[in-house]
Amino acid sequence: MQTPIYLDNAATTQVIPEVLHEMLPYFTDIYGNPNAVYRFAGESQKAVSDAREAAAGLIHAKPEEIYFTAGGSESDNWAIKAAAEAYAKKGRHIITSTIEHHAVLHTCAYLEQKGYEVTYVNVDENGFVLLEELRAAIRPDTILISVMAANNEIGTIQPLKEIGAIAHEYGILFHTDAVQAYGHIPLDVDALSIDMLSASGHKLGGPKGIGMLYIRKGVKIRSFIHGGAQERKRRAGTLNVPGIVGFGAAARLAGAEMEERAGKERGLRDHLIRRVLEEIPYARLNGDRKERLPNNANFCFRFIEGEGMLILLDQAGICGSSGSACTSGSLDPSHVLLAIGLPHEIAHGSLRLTLSERNTIEEIDYTVDELKKIIGRLREMSPLYEDFVKKKDSGR
Amino acid sequence: MYSEKVMDHFNHPRNVGEIENASGVGTVGNAKCGDIMRMYLDIDDEGRIQDVKFKTFGCGAAVATSSMATELVKGKTVQEALAVTNKAVMEALDGLPPVKVHCSLLAEEAIHAALWDYAEKNGITIEGLERPVSDIGEKEEEVEEEY
Repeated sequence: MQTPIYLDNAATTQVIPEVLHEMLPYFTDIYGNPNAVYRFAGESQKAVSDAREAAAGLIHAKPEEIYFTAGGSESDNWAIKAAAEAYAKKGRHIITSTIEHHAVLHTCAYLEQKGYEVTYVNVDENGFVLLEELRAAIRPDTILISVMAANNEIGTIQPLKEIGAIAHEYGILFHTDAVQAYGHIPLDVDALSIDMLSASGHKLGGPKGIGMLYIRKGVKIRSFIHGGAQERKRRAGTLNVPGIVGFGAAARLAGAEMEERAGKERGLRDHLIRRVLEEIPYARLNGDRKERLPNNANFCFRFIEGEGMLILLDQAGICGSSGSACTSGSLDPSHVLLAIGLPHEIAHGSLRLTLSERNTIEEIDYTVDELKKIIGRLREMSPLYEDFVKKKDSGR
Repeated sequence: MYSEKVMDHFNHPRNVGEIENASGVGTVGNAKCGDIMRMYLDIDDEGRIQDVKFKTFGCGAAVATSSMATELVKGKTVQEALAVTNKAVMEALDGLPPVKVHCSLLAEEAIHAALWDYAEKNGITIEGLERPVSDIGEKEEEVEEEY
């Protein structure tokens, strides 16, 4: 199979060759367990500590505040469940938003079954958390606010500084799921008053199966995985040294190249958005025009359904994703698109294209050209489009 | 995820389109769940389906089941068309993933809805045909969105 035009970088990214190169020796040559005493283990230890420093540097944290995990979902589970447990004496109320990733939403739902109360704060039509609603939701027994840094579907970047300030004004812990934002936009845990931050390696050119949780010094949350003294006794399990090295290398490169990458991505993204909105009728952009991830474009095309679009794009050699029901495995379309106020029938026709700096303008142009044909073809087949055209023609 | 037959019918759907002054038109499903099928039947005086067309809003399986359903009823009598079940549609497509079985039910219902419309227009009763439950008949209220 020919290499496709890959426009699904929010799902996962290619491991950057340089990152892989740095990882490889830690599988076969330097395989010592970093927690062993002999000198051979020292090399693994050094590699882990360098990676930790790089991971911390990207968010202006201290290395000892970084805990490596198996990925973003584990980090979210850990942060929320452990905070809920540790602060249960203070209260059992958690605030989050309606557009979080399911790693947060389902963890909150789990805690609700355990007797916690969760308030899901609404978002506006661009996907921004309603700050006044957030403030109003705070109660004396609120122990945690968890709001994502940037949304995985529509790319909207949340006003983290304001949210962090509100949380700290009331002495409440602030966790952010930064899986999509980490390494893509500048984040500073102090300036943004973030107490816990989840990130994942494979969203920024690192390997899958490695993530991290930043826990601010002094936040008293306990171990999630029991069974060993690794990670300052907070996360048991032999360290995934090659994964950690890969995470560190990806973080270091992201830090060094962030501006350049984001600049390229924005250029491609804006070209894509401009062409789609100008050349495809009855299309809309989901998410905020300005405060969005540099590589994210998310559209809805009326009168058609997303899965068919994805199959036809795939046949044209293009990888994208959709928030339609058919792709989610349920009858409901994306909870994020519903939360920003889109009706079901429009949310079903969504398409998310997430770029990388390696994409080219030619690839984007080809994608838009194909998309025009695909949407035209699906609309020709759509009874909704037929009704719309008839109504329009009858001069309503 | 889909059989070759499903992909073939999705990529090359048979009988897409409309029939003007059709003998019967049925629209089933709802946009909320992401599937709407509309079936047009042209039925001659002998009660035989001379032509059939469809339009579908929905996933790959929704398009493929509609397409296959039109093939299965074309040239058949009303009674024969009524006997085309969702199972027959699925079998003809070499199966569907479990989450897509509802698409085949919708295809069966679309045929029934079109036959129901034909019966009503002609003031006749088709034995064994009940009013399809998800027939949305006239379009539901239009959603107004700004673009």
